[in-house]
Amino acid sequence: MKDFVLPDRDFGTPAAKSKQMVTLNIDGFDVTVPEGTSIMRAAAEAGIPVPKLCATDSVDAFGSCRLCLVEIEGRNGTPASCTTPVAPGIKVHTQTSKLKQLRRGVMELYISDHPLDCLTCAANGDCELQDMAGAVGLRDVRYEAVETHFRAKDTSGGANPQWLPKDDSNPYFSYDPSKCIVCSRCVRACEEVQGTFALTIQGRGWDSRVHAGARADSFLTSDCVSCGACVQACPTATLTEKSVIDIGTPDRAIVTTCAYCGVGCQFKAEMRGDELVRMVPYKHGKANRGHSCVKGRFAYGYASHQDRILNPMIRDTIDEPWREVSWAEAMEFAANRMKAIQQKYGRQSVGVITSSRCTNEESYLVQKLTRAVFLNNNTDTCARVCHSPTGYGLGQTFGTSAGTQDFDSVEDCDVALIIGSNPHSGHPVFASRLKKRLRQGAKLIVVDPRRTEMVEGAHYKAAHHLALRPGTNVAIVSALAHVIVTEKLYDEAFIRSRCDWAEFEDYAEFISDPKHSPEAVELLTGVPAEEVRGAARLYATGGNAAIYYGLGVTEHSQGSTTVIGIANLAMLTGNIGRPGVGVNPLRGQNNVQGSCDMGSFPHELPGYRHVKGAEVRAIYEKAWGVEIDPEPGLRIPNMLDAAVEGSFKGLYCQGEDILQSDPDTRHVAAGLAAMECVIVHDLFLNETANYAHVFFPGSSFLEKDGTFTNAERRINMVRKVMAPKQGYADWEVTQMFANAMGAGWTYTHPSQIMAEIALTTPSFAGVTYDRIEEMGSIQWPCNDQAPEGTPLMHIDGFVRGKGKFIRTEYVATDEKTGPRFPLLLTTGRILSQYNVGAQTRRTQNTVWHDQDVLEIHPHDAETRGIRDGDFVRLASRAGETTLRAEITDRVSPGVVYTTFHHPVTQANVVTTDFSDWATNCPEYKVTAVQVSPSNGPSEWQESYEAQASLSRRIAAAE
Amino acid sequence: MSHDSNWQTKLITMANQIARFMESKPHAEGVAGLASHINDFWEPRMRRQLFDILDQGGTGLRPLVIEAAPQIRRPATA
Ligand code: SF4
Ligand code: SF4
Ligand code: SF4
Ligand code: FES
Repeated sequence: MKDFVLPDRDFGTPAAKSKQMVTLNIDGFDVTVPEGTSIMRAAAEAGIPVPKLCATDSVDAFGSCRLCLVEIEGRNGTPASCTTPVAPGIKVHTQTSKLKQLRRGVMELYISDHPLDCLTCAANGDCELQDMAGAVGLRDVRYEAVETHFRAKDTSGGANPQWLPKDDSNPYFSYDPSKCIVCSRCVRACEEVQGTFALTIQGRGWDSRVHAGARADSFLTSDCVSCGACVQACPTATLTEKSVIDIGTPDRAIVTTCAYCGVGCQFKAEMRGDELVRMVPYKHGKANRGHSCVKGRFAYGYASHQDRILNPMIRDTIDEPWREVSWAEAMEFAANRMKAIQQKYGRQSVGVITSSRCTNEESYLVQKLTRAVFLNNNTDTCARVCHSPTGYGLGQTFGTSAGTQDFDSVEDCDVALIIGSNPHSGHPVFASRLKKRLRQGAKLIVVDPRRTEMVEGAHYKAAHHLALRPGTNVAIVSALAHVIVTEKLYDEAFIRSRCDWAEFEDYAEFISDPKHSPEAVELLTGVPAEEVRGAARLYATGGNAAIYYGLGVTEHSQGSTTVIGIANLAMLTGNIGRPGVGVNPLRGQNNVQGSCDMGSFPHELPGYRHVKGAEVRAIYEKAWGVEIDPEPGLRIPNMLDAAVEGSFKGLYCQGEDILQSDPDTRHVAAGLAAMECVIVHDLFLNETANYAHVFFPGSSFLEKDGTFTNAERRINMVRKVMAPKQGYADWEVTQMFANAMGAGWTYTHPSQIMAEIALTTPSFAGVTYDRIEEMGSIQWPCNDQAPEGTPLMHIDGFVRGKGKFIRTEYVATDEKTGPRFPLLLTTGRILSQYNVGAQTRRTQNTVWHDQDVLEIHPHDAETRGIRDGDFVRLASRAGETTLRAEITDRVSPGVVYTTFHHPVTQANVVTTDFSDWATNCPEYKVTAVQVSPSNGPSEWQESYEAQASLSRRIAAAE
Repeated sequence: MSHDSNWQTKLITMANQIARFMESKPHAEGVAGLASHINDFWEPRMRRQLFDILDQGGTGLRPLVIEAAPQIRRPATA
């Protein structure tokens, strides 16, 4: 099998960024490196590794182990090569008799205080201490230490106070202090790479020990977020993945892409046979640069969870138990039903939902299924419920829905404006990169109803936190623009050259109206006017200013308007078209970007081209040999409405759980129940499958080839590291079904699907698997004009020509509080869980989050007689549920907050069917609710549970 | 095909939401914008329901929707 790993050498210290080059001589060879490079790194680049223990290239050098000593001609002593920068013309020797002797001495000391149980150690063969003992030629240890850190008992048989027991509290890695050499690589990784500052070295000299959190803490109870950076940095077995302890060391690695969030981290899947031993973040991954979060690094156990369904299943009605059948029988059953439905109710009576978790190639095939085989445009994707307003808003203003930057851009940003997003939880690796920049002095503005972890943390604090009332985004964004325009902080030269000046004047007149001033909207938004003014001034004048936004912007009835407002801000201040600035939608799921690119929306063919365009249809009519319907199809909420009304009867739903993820659960359930054929294609019997007639078992991202496109438009390779447990990759299943419907498709590898995408979609014209292999990843557009892809958009001009200012009138949501529902509910996510939790709930990540809780302000709790931890009833006009309350001032009075990771909570029973005016993206972020004490599950929760367990029955095989 | 009054209520809300956005534009642009938005994003079934509402006098719809109606594509009857 081909090994896809580029040499992943450790150069000892991070690369220097200087453009000034310096030439020096190391062991007789001339080496040229950027100024500021360490001698250690220069030597490594010349292929001369200097022995080292405390240095690694993910963190700054510390110079504590004294193993990396070198001699420099004309200088006294033996400086540490990791902390000594290069200088022009110096002559360095890395191996002299003096150095050899010194290094052996150092190693002898380390080894005398180390348990020599190498043969049974989990790091055997993967231990830098072992390697260095070999490298320096250590042959004997001349003395036996009396005092050690590794013997549980001292020589007289008493307990050794220096010995500390293992800390196994973290579910994924263990900390064995007896093997620690106190190199502090872990501490530095936690600070510099992750930015959590959970680890410290406590004590001094001989007494110094690594510790997580305060004295009484374990890893689990400390601030540790289990990102794994320390484990990766540790040169010994002290911090080791439990999977390595259980299985043994891996023997090969395949580079692939995380299937959780839109950051798109690349990992080495390290294997032994076909068993996955561990996932190690890949240094050459351009989104993550060698870092990861707990989900991608550790939470992959769901792929082999016992709940996974491995056989296709069918049933005539949803109150029957499932029957396991062969693939052939399942295909025939499903195809016959769909054909019958179309015959009886018409061509438009069926449709598909593509998945934001599946690959680009798989989404492409699913939308092709509806367009080329069902012959309608009824395709939608779960991106509907998150970023569809981004598509509309940025499309209208800039001419493309594309996020404007790559993640590297954050390194040049001076002011980060984060709106309705909590990257700390939702996009952790991006958050780490942002926090690093904040520690270097960049300023931060957070617009969020809740005091999220982004507002304040280790060594950063937002200059302004605009804690607005949910539902007033447009008012706040307009107020920011009002200040920028009326205080003349805008960039006139940029606007004149890059935007339409007349449109700007119209917009300026509109926004200058005093009704948009921070003072005028203060009562509405609850944000002090001075804070808004301060934030606007900082954003407009603080240097490179970048906007990062998330679902807190889009999931509103005015989501699209807010996106337009955000685009206006960036255009006003000229923060577009160079590193460090831009408008960056943080996409939720791993392939939200890709599923949108691939034509999953009912009005657009791949590449965001409207179906009404005859020339675009002609491309596909030629490629597919069918006539393409020129009318837009149904969006998810419309499909459900049409189902209830009786004209939509069949759905193929790949890798999505609309019953749990979509708002107003009762309405979704009613829509699904009204259909005659629901095909669910997923890893697990998800909630939607309770209403399904056909179940196609899905394959995990470890089991297939393909590509994901992350939030920076970066097309990353997903590689098959093991065979699909249920026999077929998802694209093969879709193809089998299409062929059962008479399609006659003949793809034998996803690269052929990508070839078809490239052939038909201009922004993908230059994309091939070979090209992605070569470059590691590609950011679209990639074509003749941009053969290397496009890291930054709109550099010399907007995609649509001139940037377009559009008026953004604030319209209060119809979702209003009143006497019956006096509080506003807003929803979000937490770090360890992902979306509806289908994957993360089936991993040990549940130790950090075993249920959804309702955050409520002490004041609101008190007036309702609610204590911390109480069961409470959460009711809206749509429905009610129960969950436990957490009393906290992270939320303002009048606002409550919960997550939606657990199906028993059914938070979406409460959310309503209100949606964005332009795109129908549901208004998750604002629901008027009441909260009251409760004794237990609501009626709906109970009847739902009963229906679900009935529906999940699988008939015993005869 | 049955006429689901619930769905009609929703469509009225949706059309009015679009109208509220378009109302802030210069009038003619707003009318055209509303019509083309509905033409571009509403599946024929939805437009058919909208015309049912309009044909019955358009009760509940904001004036801009009614004004834009002639520019909205009427779908062929099912
Ligand atoms: S735990 Fe590992 S990385 Fe941390 S100080 Fe000890 S040996 Fe070094
Ligand atoms: S796992 Fe991450 S957060 Fe936890 S201690 Fe290690 S580096 Fe810090
Ligand atoms: S969940 Fe996101 S941040 Fe975490 S490893 Fe995966 S891609 Fe990276
Ligand atoms: S590697 Fe340079 S002092 Fe440890």
